[in-house]
Amino acid sequence: MLLGLNGAGKSTLFSLITRLYAVRRGRIRIFGHDVGRAASEALRLIGVVFQPRTLDLDLSVMQNLTYHAALHGIGKREGRKRAAEVLARIALAERANDKVRTLSGGQMRRVEIARALLHRPRLLVLDEPTVGLDIKSRADMLAYVRRLVRDDGVSVLWATHLIDEVSDADDVIVLHRGRVLAHGSVPDTVQAAGAQDIHGAFTRLTQAAEAASEGA
Amino acid sequence: MSSVLAADAAPDTSPGGFSLRQYAICLKGIVWREGLRFLHQRERFVSALVRPLVWLFIFAAGFRQVLGVSIIPPYETYILYEVYITPGLMLLIQLFNGMQSSLSMVYDREMGNMRTLLVSPLPRWFLLSSKLVAGMAVSLPQVYTFLAIAWFWEIEPPPIGYIAVLPALVLTGLMLGALGMLISSVSKQLENFAGAMNFVIFPMFFASSALYPLWRVKEGSPLLYYVCQCNPFTHAVELVRFALYGEINWVSLAVVAGCTALFMVGAILAYDPARGLLARRGEAGGAA
Repeated sequence: MLLGLNGAGKSTLFSLITRLYAVRRGRIRIFGHDVGRAASEALRLIGVVFQPRTLDLDLSVMQNLTYHAALHGIGKREGRKRAAEVLARIALAERANDKVRTLSGGQMRRVEIARALLHRPRLLVLDEPTVGLDIKSRADMLAYVRRLVRDDGVSVLWATHLIDEVSDADDVIVLHRGRVLAHGSVPDTVQAAGAQDIHGAFTRLTQAAEAASEGA
Repeated sequence: MSSVLAADAAPDTSPGGFSLRQYAICLKGIVWREGLRFLHQRERFVSALVRPLVWLFIFAAGFRQVLGVSIIPPYETYILYEVYITPGLMLLIQLFNGMQSSLSMVYDREMGNMRTLLVSPLPRWFLLSSKLVAGMAVSLPQVYTFLAIAWFWEIEPPPIGYIAVLPALVLTGLMLGALGMLISSVSKQLENFAGAMNFVIFPMFFASSALYPLWRVKEGSPLLYYVCQCNPFTHAVELVRFALYGEINWVSLAVVAGCTALFMVGAILAYDPARGLLARRGEAGGAA
């Protein structure tokens, strides 16, 4: 879980991980591959769900998925096979030939996750994936991604400003104005901040950072 | 920050690199998607055809008597003004197509589709080149449809011309697409189509040999003549004009090939995250 308010640098971090911006200082490594120097090797291990919707609204669900497969060098037949698999998992198999435009917001998000998993990445990164979804879709999506972590061993980086999406079993990173304020398991972070729960810890950490920057 | 986020999982040891087949699949996928998008935008196709046809049916008919065209290569007889401007109008289609697909890249980038393209693990130069090939491929059926309609208007180049013009159109299509891509990465002002019309399409089209032979321009204004000579669009028009009659204009071929390479390298550099303007723009825009 990557926790931060608007403007904390979450989306910028995503752009850096996915090589949309160059890394100026420091390095980003994905399973040992430097994003700057071995971008191809790093990118093929990541599945990305961006904050804005990135599906082609006028194409069908299946066409969107096979296009993504092609971008990863996966041929049409194999692409269709994998697309059918992932669609079945998100319970959208019967919508495969419908235009994306006809899907609901929650369904589009599920298709985007399915797309991100098509090339079987080891790391799935999601940038505020639940923005604009209703409560039920949000809960479903969280449950689905947690299942992926548990059953398939996929690593997940989930960026959000909604603190109630964090569960006690997660590792959490608190990001504020481009700085990492805390990093560790949820109980450790709560304890270190001297708070009752993760909500309190987050408030304390960000307020302390604000005070420090104003004092400086 | 890197130390914090470095994954502590086992490093990846899978074999790297991509096979030629995977490159081909990727290219095919990008062209296929561009084609599908084009089919979905039927009004784009219609307006792409109406534009040159208006020039041909109305403008050229009106100017027929005003502007006499003497015998200049590649023509071997006196020709009608309609015949003279046909290559220019073919290029007009490609010019609009190139600008449109570059603007769709801007639009795509905002919509995030450009992001999906650029996070593909294949090399970025390859992705952008594929995108160019796709845009060019979409322009070809438009040009040939125009030629087919023009045939009924008694614009009848020799049969060999219809084949010979294809490689010329491939090259000019790439050049104009690359120019559009370069512009889309550099300029914020051209993100609306009116801007592109005023600053790119009109000057390029009018300051070229598309509508009038350059020797006539020279009589009127020597300065404009030199401007036209330096305009790559002039050479694109001449390349197509000669190819349509089964001939090769070597000077134009060299200029168009050179400009294509130049614009492509420029566009690829502009979209390079480390060097390009994308990063600078991203910073200025403050992607939160």
